[in-house]
Amino acid sequence: MAQDSGTRTLISQSQLSRGRGRVIYWTLLVVVVTGFTLVFLGPLYWMVTGALKSGQEIAQTPPSLWPKDPQPQNYIDAWNNLALAKLLFNTFYYAIGAVLFQLVFDTAAAYSLSKLRPIFGNVILALMLGTLMIPAMVLIVPQYVTVIDLPIVHINLLDSPFAIWLPLVANAFNIFLLKRFFDSIPEELMAAALMDGATSLRTLWSIILPLSRPILGVVSIFAVTAVWKDFLWPKLVMPSPETRTVSVGIYAFAGGTPMNVVIAASVIAAIPTVIIFLIFQRNIMSGLTTGSIKG
Amino acid sequence: MAITTVPETPRKPGRPPSPYSARPQRTSLGRKVRDNLSGHAFLIGAVLCFVVFSWYPMVRGIIMSFQRTRRGETTWVGWDNYSRIIADPSFWTAWQNTFYFTVLALALGYVVPFFVAILLNEFRHAKGYLRILVYLPVMLPPASALFLFKFYAYDPSEAGLFNAILKALHLPTSQWMQSPEMTMPAMVLASTWMNMGGAVLIYLASLQNIPGELYEAAELDGAGIWRRIVHVTIPQTRLILALLAMLQIVATMQLFIEPLILANGAGAEDSATSVAYLIYQHGFFQNDLNGAAALGVIMLVVLAGFSAVYVRLTAKQD
Repeated sequence: MAQDSGTRTLISQSQLSRGRGRVIYWTLLVVVVTGFTLVFLGPLYWMVTGALKSGQEIAQTPPSLWPKDPQPQNYIDAWNNLALAKLLFNTFYYAIGAVLFQLVFDTAAAYSLSKLRPIFGNVILALMLGTLMIPAMVLIVPQYVTVIDLPIVHINLLDSPFAIWLPLVANAFNIFLLKRFFDSIPEELMAAALMDGATSLRTLWSIILPLSRPILGVVSIFAVTAVWKDFLWPKLVMPSPETRTVSVGIYAFAGGTPMNVVIAASVIAAIPTVIIFLIFQRNIMSGLTTGSIKG
Repeated sequence: MAITTVPETPRKPGRPPSPYSARPQRTSLGRKVRDNLSGHAFLIGAVLCFVVFSWYPMVRGIIMSFQRTRRGETTWVGWDNYSRIIADPSFWTAWQNTFYFTVLALALGYVVPFFVAILLNEFRHAKGYLRILVYLPVMLPPASALFLFKFYAYDPSEAGLFNAILKALHLPTSQWMQSPEMTMPAMVLASTWMNMGGAVLIYLASLQNIPGELYEAAELDGAGIWRRIVHVTIPQTRLILALLAMLQIVATMQLFIEPLILANGAGAEDSATSVAYLIYQHGFFQNDLNGAAALGVIMLVVLAGFSAVYVRLTAKQD
């Protein structure tokens, strides 16, 4: 029996491990584990197996729990007809670029705000955090107008990956997360590096970054999943079929494609993020909760 | 930079000294300027991105909402865009739908995760498994998850998953997205399933910060489980509760992808049209970017109103 923690919660340990409390606890646990499995895994099971059914089987009443005559052809059709390889490659490319841009620029900014503290740093930080209050939908139109004709340089970024990469750098949540982590690194380390004559870049590279691997991991994972899950922005700035992301591509084909093939494509599109989650779930959960303010 | 000693620097109150910024008094002006420049050099990439893609669009959105661009010529039109947007018959429907969604999503997506977190926090077994389950849908691309709901769960015939379950339980089946009354509840259900994992995990973390002695003391005073939740759990987590309420209002007011995919935009009898969808419609289908910008500003003002109420309420509590 795994004893998760010794800390006292709402109901005391002794109440749960004796007599009636014990019976209720175990009943409730079994009910919740079964219920949650059905509610959260059930639909995914339905999705994966549903995409294996034939058109007739999917329309049959009542629906079958397991495909009687599995049609892996649906998945093959999805892969070929929707050019999923290209779509997945695009999304992957945007995701990797987003990670690199965010790691370089957001880390540098957070380092400066946390350790170098140049003049007006606090004002800049406040202005950055202020953007967290502005809903994305409010900015979508002026952002789009800006991207199709960048101010001063007059470059059109439509269908260019920079239209996805650069706006993602303006991510106040990342900077906040990184800055909080850097704040917790003792100033003595900075002073020691300074004494050895290290430049600020050198200090960042050889002292701060090696200590910050966990938070850099969290930021990277969030960057990948953000690109993978985003829909409206890539739909607007990546309009041609060759540059689409996977979600937008499936949506574009959904109208004229058999239902099962659309679902098969949706399953394939979801696999990468699910795998990332299963591998990195500890980092994701810790990042999610350390990023939030302690209540 | 060859420095051999770092002299003691006087501590400024309220802020720990930084070895770079809080230099000894005798440092030259040139040195200070150089340090500041290097600090800003590290900031410049991110700041430029904020300027171009966040701060400037914010201002530009407000400016655009008072202008009109026709055949490449931009003129100031005062409140014209606003009156045109408000006169659109979909305007009030969209706000009604959006508020309805927000309220339903709060009732379901705000209360349920709290109690799920309380429940999970009591379990001594299978905790990791349950946490993974709850968060799994958050990781799916929303488009994928919504196609699943659209084609398989909300199929209005009896071959659909939900109708098959309802029928097996001898309950009346539903037309789901085909019925104007069910459109919103169906969208809230899908959206809560996709998004509640984040809230559950944040609640769980804040529940773990509650000192166990408080529960012990309450129990000694004879408080039952429900009273312990009301008098210990809720007051102890009230900052997180208030914060997540605000975040959820902001998120649900931007309802967009659910109507787009589940209801093909407007839905049965306009029952799914949301404000965000209307922004998208005006901006990218009716070629009325200025009207869309005006609608964006209206949305910002409404949300700012909510934030003001939020700040007042939370300030009073402390």
